[in-house]
Amino acid sequence: MAVGQQDSTRVRASIAAELRRHGIGRREFLTFCASLAAMMALPAEAAQQIAAALGKARRPSVIWLSFQECTGCTESLTRSHSPSIESLIFDLISLDYHHTLQAAAGEAAEQAREAAMKEAAGKYLLVVDGSVPLGDAGFSTIAGIANRDMLHEAVQGAAAVIAVGSCAAFGGLPAAQPNPTGAVSVGDLVKDKPVVNIPGCPPIPVVMTGVIAHYLVFGSLPELDALGRPKMFYGETIHDRCYRRPFYDQGKFAESFDDEGARRGWCLFKLGCKGPVTYNACATTKWNGGVSFPIQSGHGCIGCAEPRFWDMGGIYRPLPQPIGDMRGAALGVAAGAAAGVAIAWHNRSRKQQAVASHQTMKVGDLKK
Amino acid sequence: MNSGELLLWARGPGLMLALAILGFGILLRLFEIFSLGRKADLSPARTDSPGSGWRTVLTRSLPPPGMLARAPVTYYGGYVFHIGLFVTVFLYIPHIELLRSLLGISWPGLPTPMVDAVAVATLAAMLAVLASRIHDPVKRLLSTLQDYLVWLLTFLPLATGYLAFHHMLLDYTWMLALHLLAAELLLALIPFTKLFHVVSIFISRWYTGSLFGRKGVAA
Repeated sequence: MAVGQQDSTRVRASIAAELRRHGIGRREFLTFCASLAAMMALPAEAAQQIAAALGKARRPSVIWLSFQECTGCTESLTRSHSPSIESLIFDLISLDYHHTLQAAAGEAAEQAREAAMKEAAGKYLLVVDGSVPLGDAGFSTIAGIANRDMLHEAVQGAAAVIAVGSCAAFGGLPAAQPNPTGAVSVGDLVKDKPVVNIPGCPPIPVVMTGVIAHYLVFGSLPELDALGRPKMFYGETIHDRCYRRPFYDQGKFAESFDDEGARRGWCLFKLGCKGPVTYNACATTKWNGGVSFPIQSGHGCIGCAEPRFWDMGGIYRPLPQPIGDMRGAALGVAAGAAAGVAIAWHNRSRKQQAVASHQTMKVGDLKK
Repeated sequence: MNSGELLLWARGPGLMLALAILGFGILLRLFEIFSLGRKADLSPARTDSPGSGWRTVLTRSLPPPGMLARAPVTYYGGYVFHIGLFVTVFLYIPHIELLRSLLGISWPGLPTPMVDAVAVATLAAMLAVLASRIHDPVKRLLSTLQDYLVWLLTFLPLATGYLAFHHMLLDYTWMLALHLLAAELLLALIPFTKLFHVVSIFISRWYTGSLFGRKGVAA
């Protein structure tokens, strides 16, 4: 790990050289590049280009800030399928500051951050996980520095900002109603630098490495959607890529987690699956090195990569069902009945008045 | 506001507001209609025709002889879009899920591709009847602004539902939110437009049939 390291020769080493140092052969490296190309929906020949670019690329300096978060994002990225080529490439960036992973503590840790910000000014990638509290500066601090201030300072010299996880990307759990800390996303605060959102609770490891690889290969950030997410990973819904989709179309649903439908692997829509409104790559890249993903293990998608997923009326509430108490609508019915009775009463009294004021006439009266 | 937030509003406060207005309007109008009454008919019934009200409920749902050939767009188009709306609204499984949570009852739905095909036929039929309304001089003369309004109110939920399902024009979440909002607008305006016939049609048919039967008129 390169945290706080001053070894300039290592910092300058190319990624290919670092991979060789870790015992990764050229064949494995090319396989990795090919899978990256496929994942980014690039033509097959792009794998060579990626290999060439990654081979020459210098390890970029990365500063990782953790704010109101649970460290699940870091866990996901570093531990999920270790040792893998993804985790190695993670090793191959110059991670100059990261709470959880760095050996240094206290003053030394903060010095490492300041040194990296100075040395790689204008060039480092700033990765943020966790939301930023605006309610009270004291809600979340690092070395006595409020999250908002640290973000503001670190973003000045950053080439780009990568908001990792739903908290950094959209506010996430801390911003769920009633949002006691006044949590906001990184994108809410950073307006003058490119921000890539990689939502998910946690995000898929390969999506993270894919974005960094794109930056190394092409020198730019990938194409983003309206919510700042890389289109290549968040371009389609879980539902559209779900292997249980045919059962949805046939109208075959599990009605409980232990019925015949659940055992047969039918669609989990009625059990609250949020796959239709969730854009992420889980159904294609899967988790734990491609072993499985939540729906494959029998649980619906909870929509963790979407803004405000926590407030979507509950994990087990089917998507078509209303959120909140609809009994208030009964008030409308009662008011309608009351108004109807009032109108009926009014009409009746008008009728009675008409009858009462009715004057009978005889033919003789017309002559008058 | 992003698409998720709009969807949250449509699934929560928006839906509740629409249901409250719908309930308010239906009750108001039903009380109004039933309490209005008619002048007592003092003359004896011309013919004894028991069940003429119920018979009319059925017979007026069928085309009068010769009319299918004389006005095919009106009749075929009308049947296709009314039956199509029934199928897409009440036999599409996500809609049944919504009704189950609101009413506590449910029934089997149709496979999605079937509902999809019906939706296409319904959209086509609605466009055909609109074209006929605009093209036919008599229909055009008879049409008021409200006729075009209720057509739009009915068409929008169907069209947005279809577009959402097929991921056309907009991102699915946006289109789903718009679909819910369009349906909510329809619900809120049902009681106050001629769309009230969804509630009143069989009441008024029964009444007409019964009255005509009493007067000795075939209806």
